[in-house]
Amino acid sequence: MVFLLQKTLIFAIPLLIVALAGMFAERSGIINIALDGIMIFGAFAGAMAAFYLRSNPFFVSHNQLLFLICLVIASLFGALFSLLLSFSAINLKADHTIGGTALNLLAPAITLFLTKVLFNKDKLEMATMVNAEGQRTDFGYAILKDDLNPVAQIFFDKTYISTFIAIGVFILLSFWIYKTKTGLRLRSCGEHPQAAASVGINVKAMRYLGTTISGALAGFGGYAFVATVANGTAEGTVAGMGFLALAIMIFGNWKPLGIALGSLLFGFLKCLAVTYERSLIEPLESTAWMQKILENSPAFTNFYNTVFKNMYFYNLIPFVTVLIVLAFTSKKSRAPKAEGIPYDKGAR
Amino acid sequence: MKKTTTVNENKTSFFQHPAVQSVVASLICILGGLLVGFLVLLFMAIFSKDISFSEAISGIFIVLSGPFAAGNAKDILFSFGNMLFTATPLIMTGLSVSLAFKTGLFNIGAPGQYLMGAMGALLVGLGIPQESMPTWLIWLLALLVGTLLGMIWGAIPGFFKAKFNVNEVIVCILTNWMAANIVSWVFAANKEQYVNYAETKTNFIRKTISNGVSTATFGLDKLFKGSYLDASIIIVCVIAVLLYVMLNKTTFGYELKACGYNRNASKYAGMNEKRNIVLSMAIAGALAACGAALWCLNGKQDFKWDTYQSLPADGFNGIPAALLASNNPIGVIFSSIFLRYIDKGGSYLAGRTSFNEYVPQLIVAVIIYFAGFSKFIKDFLSRKKKNAAPAKSPLLENKVPVAEPVSVPPVTEPTASVAGEEADK
Repeated sequence: MVFLLQKTLIFAIPLLIVALAGMFAERSGIINIALDGIMIFGAFAGAMAAFYLRSNPFFVSHNQLLFLICLVIASLFGALFSLLLSFSAINLKADHTIGGTALNLLAPAITLFLTKVLFNKDKLEMATMVNAEGQRTDFGYAILKDDLNPVAQIFFDKTYISTFIAIGVFILLSFWIYKTKTGLRLRSCGEHPQAAASVGINVKAMRYLGTTISGALAGFGGYAFVATVANGTAEGTVAGMGFLALAIMIFGNWKPLGIALGSLLFGFLKCLAVTYERSLIEPLESTAWMQKILENSPAFTNFYNTVFKNMYFYNLIPFVTVLIVLAFTSKKSRAPKAEGIPYDKGAR
Repeated sequence: MKKTTTVNENKTSFFQHPAVQSVVASLICILGGLLVGFLVLLFMAIFSKDISFSEAISGIFIVLSGPFAAGNAKDILFSFGNMLFTATPLIMTGLSVSLAFKTGLFNIGAPGQYLMGAMGALLVGLGIPQESMPTWLIWLLALLVGTLLGMIWGAIPGFFKAKFNVNEVIVCILTNWMAANIVSWVFAANKEQYVNYAETKTNFIRKTISNGVSTATFGLDKLFKGSYLDASIIIVCVIAVLLYVMLNKTTFGYELKACGYNRNASKYAGMNEKRNIVLSMAIAGALAACGAALWCLNGKQDFKWDTYQSLPADGFNGIPAALLASNNPIGVIFSSIFLRYIDKGGSYLAGRTSFNEYVPQLIVAVIIYFAGFSKFIKDFLSRKKKNAAPAKSPLLENKVPVAEPVSVPPVTEPTASVAGEEADK
């Protein structure tokens, strides 16, 4: 169970931060379907930094510092990349979906192109690094203690530094968007930009701000995904995480708390699919009554073996769950009113 | 309405014609994309000492020459045939995405629909032994079952949109991954029957030719010797034309488009906008699935069954194909072939220059980025023409300025007639 929860936390963190990224863009009125592409691009920038810096003797002994630097670089490049979307959506009033799709196509193309030209490789690996003695050490894990109680183990054993930063950033930004003046202004631009403009708010600047924060968070999430879930391999894909984050954002009703709940739920179900043998099947089959059923009913055993001992069944659960919950909660769903509509000063 | 035009006006209206503007805008986007691609190659040449300028120039020429970069006539024919063959599923997914766009829906679920179509086609194409019925019948059944499965799969996002008002993009993303897992599950459960054990790698389903099922080639594979080309390219072109006719010449197509322009207005005009959403997505799903079925029923193609961690690229590539064609079904044929054309060119890059097969992808991404500005470009084209001929003011034509605005939206008039028809029923 501890193992399952550890995995859940690792899987949920990129989802959490990227869903928040989506929220920031949409709350300011820009549909950011490019989250996937920005994640890929940010992850690539971070991985490249890790690739160049990790052989430096200083960073070999301070690998957590290197992890942090790569995280910052990934966020920075994510923000830069998102400017392409901002420019097309805000200045040229292009369709947000088309601009986002272009970025989603561009990111894998440019990362794979550069990986191949610069490194003559298909993917960038940064999971292990070589230390001064020529030994390979682990790059990622921040804290490795196994003599803790189970609850502390979830948070402090085999965790990554990105986990804590992500939680901190998530809480800070959630407060920022709800409790500060700029946050309120940003949200107003997603609801009624003309009204916001009439009281002197610079709609374009606010939308740029929202999308840029979104880009930085998505870059962060991309690097967090590649460095943790993908075992440190950047290969021009984030396994559709950006799109899933978009789903989680809508699932969470464009609100931080809902996003947190959604990503933890999804992460839990997703990790159940990976660890179901260890966390579900083994405890279940070790019980006496289960063994009795399995011995006495061959028909049930057959069904049990084809469905419940099947990876694909568990893989389906998170998606089906989200779909059902969306169907039931859609009545309460409230998207920002002006999202996806180019800001037109004259349309009051 | 405004048919009392002078010759002079007819001349200028050429560039103001929406179709012409779309084509010109697309061409400008393509030129821009190629230019940026070339600049990227030059940039790499400047910053890398291993890459020379001549390499960058020859690189863009190889991409531009597509299958003609193959060299001798025999290879060009082979390459050209395969280009057309690989364009067929892309045309279908492109049609799928463009139809959904016409109804105001973003069908990002084409990969899932594609997988369901492939599964249906393979289950039937390999499941019915060739002794039991003529192979052409099996082929037809396989195509129909594949298409039907995709239709159902496409209808799911439509249903959720219409019934629960859940964003179709989200449902499409979820159903994509569901399809990937279901397909893997079905084939994993029936490995003995379907998986290709003849070859050393067991990730692939048996080819349907092993059951005698394959698409008729009409000698196309002889013409483009050695390629996989078959009649499917003709079939998809016919489907594209049919779709064009349906969208532009039928009441149903009109309703779909009206839903896309303004859902509330179409509801007000008496259309069943919820039914139209479901139908549009169902047809879109059927189209994508039909493309996959045709691909698999070629008989000589590998299908990777253990696909639960990845989605087929052809599904996603339908989006650029549709966008590049401004969602015109006939245009999708050309845009898809163009995408495959530069892809083919890109496949020769790695062997001859320091660059690689991702250059065409990069160019396509930039083209789509520019396609987002197509409205901007079209506005620019219109504005330019208006400035060039300022003497078009109705006041100068000695006519009474009747209450007829210059830009009557074309929707208003037919809407009334459609509403009338609905009322008659």
